Order: sequence, then C-alpha cells, then structure tokens
Amino acid sequence: MAETRNLLRGETGDWEVVIGMEVHAQVTSNSKLFSGAPATYGAGPNENVSLVDAAMPGMLPVINAYCVEQAVRTGLGLNAKINLWSRFDRKNYFYPDLPQGYQISQYEFPIVGEGTIEVELDAERTIEVGIERLHLEQDAGKSIHDLAPRESYVDLNRSGVALMEIVSKPHMRSAEEASAYFSKLRTILRYLGTCDGNMDQGSMRADVNVSVCRAGNYAKFLESGDFSHLGTRTETKNVNSIRFVRQVVDYEARRQIQVLEAGGSIDQETRLFDVKSGETRTMRSKEDAHDYRYFPDPDLLPLTITQEAVDNIRAELPELPDAKKHRFVGVYGLSAYDASVLVMDKDKADYFERVAGGRDGKLASSWVTTELFGLLNKTNTNILESPVTADQLGALIDLIQDQTISGKIAKQVFELMLTEDAGKDPKDIVEARGLKQVTDTGALEAAADKIIAENPEQVAKVKDKPKALGWFVGQVMKETGGKANPQAVNAILKQKLGLE
Amino acid sequence: MTDLTAKTITELRSGLSAKEFSAEEVTKAYLQSAEDASELNAYVRLTPEHAVEQAKVSDRRIADGSARPLEGIPLGIKDLFCTKGIETNAASKILKDFRPVYESTVTSNLLRDGAVFLGKLNLDEFAMGSSNETSAYGPVINPWRRAGEDTKLSPGGSSGGSSTAVAAHLCAAATATDTGGSIRQPAALTATVGIKPTYGRCSRWGIVAFASSLDQAGPIARDVRDSAIMLTSMAGHDPEDSTSIERPVPDYEKALEGGVKGMKIGIPKEYRLDGMPSEIDELWQKGAKLLEEQGAEIVEVSLPLTKYALPVYYIVAPAEASSNLARYDGVKYGLRVHDDDIHEMYRKTRAEGFGREVQRRLMIGTYVLSAGYYDAYYLRAQKVRKKIANEMASVFQDVDLLLTPSSPSAAFGLGEKSTDPVEMYLNDVFTVTANLAGTPGISLPAGLDGQGLPLGLQLLAPAFGEEQMLRGAYALEEAIGFDAQPSKWWK
Repeated sequence: MAETRNLLRGETGDWEVVIGMEVHAQVTSNSKLFSGAPATYGAGPNENVSLVDAAMPGMLPVINAYCVEQAVRTGLGLNAKINLWSRFDRKNYFYPDLPQGYQISQYEFPIVGEGTIEVELDAERTIEVGIERLHLEQDAGKSIHDLAPRESYVDLNRSGVALMEIVSKPHMRSAEEASAYFSKLRTILRYLGTCDGNMDQGSMRADVNVSVCRAGNYAKFLESGDFSHLGTRTETKNVNSIRFVRQVVDYEARRQIQVLEAGGSIDQETRLFDVKSGETRTMRSKEDAHDYRYFPDPDLLPLTITQEAVDNIRAELPELPDAKKHRFVGVYGLSAYDASVLVMDKDKADYFERVAGGRDGKLASSWVTTELFGLLNKTNTNILESPVTADQLGALIDLIQDQTISGKIAKQVFELMLTEDAGKDPKDIVEARGLKQVTDTGALEAAADKIIAENPEQVAKVKDKPKALGWFVGQVMKETGGKANPQAVNAILKQKLGLE
Repeated sequence: MTDLTAKTITELRSGLSAKEFSAEEVTKAYLQSAEDASELNAYVRLTPEHAVEQAKVSDRRIADGSARPLEGIPLGIKDLFCTKGIETNAASKILKDFRPVYESTVTSNLLRDGAVFLGKLNLDEFAMGSSNETSAYGPVINPWRRAGEDTKLSPGGSSGGSSTAVAAHLCAAATATDTGGSIRQPAALTATVGIKPTYGRCSRWGIVAFASSLDQAGPIARDVRDSAIMLTSMAGHDPEDSTSIERPVPDYEKALEGGVKGMKIGIPKEYRLDGMPSEIDELWQKGAKLLEEQGAEIVEVSLPLTKYALPVYYIVAPAEASSNLARYDGVKYGLRVHDDDIHEMYRKTRAEGFGREVQRRLMIGTYVLSAGYYDAYYLRAQKVRKKIANEMASVFQDVDLLLTPSSPSAAFGLGEKSTDPVEMYLNDVFTVTANLAGTPGISLPAGLDGQGLPLGLQLLAPAFGEEQMLRGAYALEEAIGFDAQPSKWWK
C-alpha cells in the first residue's frame, strides 16, 4: 500500500483521510435469529412477530442454526478466522422498538475474527481491506412517528431479525475506496447467498467511521498499531447506498479539515447523513453515549461449532468473485478489469458464462458488457429479466463467428431481437430478413467492378492515397445493402486496384 | 365425610382410582377450603370454573380407564408461571391485567399429566424476597403460629403462597420457583417439603424471569413422596429453553426406597453460623444421627467458600434481573403511566409499577453492570461463582449428599425483618450455594422449635443427583416421623 496516497490539500498543509466501516447485513434466512417468526420483507405491520420477538414475560431465545451457518459461510468468504467458541451478550438500553430492553449481540467473543478482502478500484488499482470481526446480533423493530400527531407506532416485524455486523479495519483512504469496499462486500455476500444486499429494503447499511490526520501519520499508525497517530473519528450511522458512502466520506473529510484548520477539534460523536443536502450532522455526542451494560446472556449457552461443520460449509462454498475473476482471465482471455466488471454481479457473471461457453470469450464479453449491459442500464432492467436470453445472444454471436453476418449487421439483428422480432432465433431473423452476409466472390467482384468503372477519379486518387480505399469499401457495402463481408470486399478491392 | 383436603397426592391417587370419591368432589373441597382461608392471602386468584371443568374431564378419564399420572390432583400455581388465558402478574403492579396467550412448559407438563389447577398463588414481587412481604397483593400469612400467640408470621418467600397453601391444605401440592432459596426456605418455615432441582432439569420457558442463570422451578408438597411425584411431571427437556438439559426424566417416586445404608453424607462445618438458634443446631445433629443409625456414614466436610455465596448471589441475581425486567416499560403490556415524553413515561411507569425491593435490586443490578464497575463486581462475582461450583463438585467426589439446616431461623413476624434488607437477605445463607452451583436441594420438616414453629433440614446433592437426594430425604423423613399440623385458626 502506498501509505501517503490520496492526499487532501488543506490551507495549512496536506491531510490524509482514514475510513473504517461497520456494515450491518441482514442474514438471508427464513426465520429470525432467536425465534421461529418469518424474517421476510414486506409483511403488514406486526404480522411477523412471535412471543419472543414481542418480549412477552418468560419467553426465551433459541438460536437459529441456519443463521449461524450463514455467518460461518460469510466469514469463510471474507477469508476470516472462524471462532469455534463464541458468546452472545446483552446490550442493554431502553427504546420502544427494542421490546426486551436489550439487544442480543456478540460483544467480547464474535463468531468470526480477522480476515481480508481484495477491492478493485479500476483496471490498474486493487487494494486489500482488513476485516476486524463479524458478529451476529438481533435487529430492532421500527418506530413510526408520522402516523398520528401525538403518538408513535411500533412495528416489530424486524425485531429479532438476524444481522451480521461486519467491522473493517481502518484501511480505506478515500471516498472511492470506501464505496468500492462497500460494493465489493455486497458482491461477496450475494455470491455467498448470505445477504441479499437490497439496500433499499434495509438489508445492508453502513456505519462509516471517518477521521483525518496529517500526511504521513497513517504510515506511523500502520507501523505501530497505535491509534493515537490517527485523528478523532466520527461515526455516520445507517448509510444505505454506495453513492451515499462516497458522499459521507467526502463531506466528513472536508468538514473535519476545515474545523481542524480553523483551530477547532473533532468530537468523537455519532452523526446522521442527510440524503437531501448531502451533509452530515450531529446525532449524539460522546457525553450522551449509552452505558450499554454488556454482560453474557444467561438465557443462551456459549455458541460452539465443530471444525468439521466449518469444513463442511467450506467444501460447499460457491466460487467467489475473486476466484471467478481470475478464472475468466485465464479461460476466456479477458482483461482483469473486464473480468472484474463481469463478476461484480453473480447473475451477470453466470449470464456471461452461458454466452461465452464454446465461443470467443472476448467477443462474448464485448457483447455482454457493451450491448447487453448498455441496454439493461438504459431500461433499468435486471439481468434476470433480460429481454434477450443468454442462449439467444450466444446464437447471435455464433452467426458473427461463422461469418454469416458482420458485427454491424449483428447490431441490427440485436435491435430487432428487442423489438419486432423479440423471442425469435437470430438465425431465423437473419434468414427471414435476408441479412445474410454476401461472401459470394462473384457478386462482390461484380459490384467492385461496377464501382471502379463508374469512378475513374477516385481510382486515380487511391493510387497515391491508399487510405481512400475505405471509400470504395463503403460504396461496395452500400451496393450490397450492407450484407457484404467487409474482409472479402477489402481483399477484392485491393487486388483490383492493384494496391498489393 | 372424611376431609379430602387432608390427603396426600398418594392417598388421593388411590382414592380416585378406587372411586371412593370423585375428582370434582376433591376439587370442590379444595376450592372451599381456599375460599375459607382468604385471610391467609395465599391465592391471588382462584379459578373455580376452570378447576371444576378440569376435574370433570379427570372424572371421565378415571371412568374410562385413561387416567394420567396426576389425574384430578388439585394444584396451586405460583403466579410466576404464565397460564394461558389466566391473568399472571408475578405479584407486581407493572403486570397489571396481563393475560398470557401461552402456558408455561412446566404447567403444560402438569396439565398433560391430568392435574387440576385451582388458581394462582401469591409470591414476593417477581420472586424477589424471602418473606412474601414484597407482593403487590400484600403478604401471605403463615398458618403456623407461635404457641399461645396470634402474631402474624411470614411463610417465607418468595414462594410464600405455595408454602402456605400446601401447609394449610389449600391445594394438594404447588408449583414454586427457587432462585436463591425461594422453594426451600418457605418449605422449612411451613413444615412442607420443597425441591430445588438441578439447573436445567425443569424448563424455564413461560416462567416470568427473575435471574435466568439461577431460576429453577420445583414443587412444594406435603411429603417427600408427593414432591417426587410432582417433580416427575414437572421436569423434562424443552427445546424452547436453551439451558434445559436433554436427559431422560426418571420416575422419582421409584427412587425413594432403598435407604441410606452405605451412603456417605457430609456435614459442612461452615454452615454452623454464629448466633444461630441452638435448636437449629440440635435438630441438625439429630438429623445426622438418624441417618447414621440407618447405616449412612456421616463425615464433616469443609466448604470454605460458603461465606462468599451470599455476596456473589446479591451481585449476580440483581444484575440479571436488571436486564430481565427491562421489558416492563409500559410500551407493550401491563401498566403504563402516561406521559407525552417517552423517557418520562418509562420513569413514571417503572416508578409506580415496581415495588421498593424490586427497585432496590434493579438499581444494584444496574450499578454492578455499569462501565467501570463491571470488572470489580459482576465479573469478579462470576469468577467466585465458578470457584463455588467447583468446590461443590469436588466435595461431591467424596460424599453422596450434604446435610444442612434449611434456614437460619424459624418463621418470623411480618415486618420483623423487612426494615433491613441485609437481615432479610441472610435468610438465603444455607440455600443460595445450590443455586450458584446449579445443584439440587430439598428441604423437609425436621421438628418444632421451643415456640412450636417448624424447622427444616436440607439435603444437597450433586448435579442430577435428585434420585439419591430423594432416597436420603425419604429415609430421613421416615426416621424423623414429623406429624405436627398447624391448628386451623383461620375460619
């Protein structure tokens, strides 16, 4: 790592920004962490609430083994240490949407320890971000304040839903790196099937810790592990989009530098992000911080997992994005960057593989990333609802590869597949519309002869300026309605015009 | 006609199956005696229609030969057990009008076995107390009186309603719970038998929680055999309680016979307290002698950590309680004292809903878990607790049972100890170690003191040693031959 990368220029000198993130990811599971109530999104208010979730007297939590498995799976996906012994603690505080008066979480002994992930920034730059820990905890319910003027309502559907809190090390050094980390994390979770990553449904949200320090101090921190080299951090809560992560870091870094350069100091505080203004503001200061009175939950036994169970989960892990990326480079001859774009979304990667199978990988990648993704972005369509199936796109590419049509005609066919000829086999479209490439040398030679005969001036010109050949190619293509094989036309013209 | 309420479960069982009387008759007799004894304040709620319905079902089952183990036996239920459709308040104002939509596992087990529930029994608020004086329903009165006096005495606590109801024949047996001695001390003070089983033997599901790592349900009954019958039905693994233990439940009644010949029974010398009434010491020695006469080997043992048990208990239990009782916040059920500000609503609700003793313990618990104090109090207490448990486990390497007094005094007058919480806490001095260690204990009547009040002896056993404990208790009960009854001064 370049330890003084991404310097921010201030009035009094250069600054570095340091970012760490706590990401809350909802575990994909049918039922909640400690109760049998459904954990599905979109039910009516308080429909997914069991006696345990409502904290009825005498109710007891029972750990959902599937959620534990999901946490282990995620830990393995983050290349992290799985702790075979972990423990649930109670975090005590009063809030109307916290029925028990405490959240069951893992404070001292999390189920997953240190790990590390690779984060690609662009074609050239990849950084490593350390994972500090991952622990399981319960989500709270939701307070609703705008249904009645003087009353608040509580919806406990989320109460008790399993969350993984994934804590990074302070290894991100710019808004770009922070948002790329968040995005990469989401990709990994989706590959693993442990979190759906749907941020608009609250399935994934980040608490973003930002601090600034003088240029060079981060290197001292890395060397010594001594946090005093870093500035005081602020924590901006519940940031729920990749773009907002970027905005929070940009805003906080600028704000903190301004405060410090004006002779002020940064308070260790919790802040909120205002989506409308793009600014952060104080939510509560350190002085108002709760004393959560953590202690081991006496209703639950320590959580123990066998190494064998971990090994079984490891054996069944799907191929993860980094491995897939390297395979795409090796097998399909893609550039690392193209491969990383393709693997960002597992469904897209799967689509690509189906198209590329037995075909030219680069050609397939170009069609998938440029034409198809372009179309999907424009129409805001999910890959799973693509109007052109992978098999159809593959069939189209087959027509290019066997020279039935040119790339240019293929784009026309692609358009038709989306509109008038939707659902039809590209081969049939080409056939029916007579778009088949003309490779019949006789017909092409006749067309070339005709053009040469009709344009003596151009013929004279091309002798001195071989680049003018392009004009002749264009004319022949026009003559043949665009169906001529461009390579064949080129060769015939060169020969006839004596350019070789 | 004979007094049906004078019969033990064993006697009722045989009388019912011989059709000498019906379950309905027995239930009605108990309902009548319970109503007549309202002065004792043992029940906070009788459910006569419900009880008679259940009794009729029992009579049908007895008639058609499908009787279950506790068919038609009328029980009282400590109001800490949630009972479906029947108000459950834990003797607290904060659970005012709370009607659970679920039945606790232990009471479900009893219903499964055919028991009839007469109603809900009084207790110290949230089971926090040793005299039943912290109840929002007022204290329970011990049926026992000092000879020649009419001073109102405490039946002990927190299961004071259970002990009184059993002693005064207001039910055949009762459910109870024991966090620091709440079954054994009231049993001792009322000449009844109370079992605190091994932690995890009975499910805690559906029992209003006090201190999760210590709470354990058990029976209070007339004699050792009845308590064994009750425990057999109450115990069992429950997947809904992660701390309940998956282990088959023996028929404890079958464990009674066999005697103590060849058993090694320890007398822990640290249980001989300064200032303890000499009568207690004498009964203790007498108990040891009776066991020895029946072939047990009596040895003195040492449990040097005993003196730390009470202080540890009064850190761990309030700490857990402070968290367990956080759910009573006026938001979801029970009492709410309105205020426009949510924090004020919490404050007012909890200030009005919780009694003084509960508030005291919640404050102690909050304090010992606070940042900066956690290590000095809670964490250290847990370490000592572990050492106490180890010490208990190691003494049971050498002996089969321990014999101790159940409580440091006989029944005391209402108000006598309630002004000084520490004095009150000392009631648990002999019982609390078993809760900290998670091991079982039983209290049984040992004799009367000079004032005619009952005193109890306690047998302690290693974890899941209920069978040897019951065998010892049964032998001791036979040898003591205690048969005194309180005079029926109420109505």
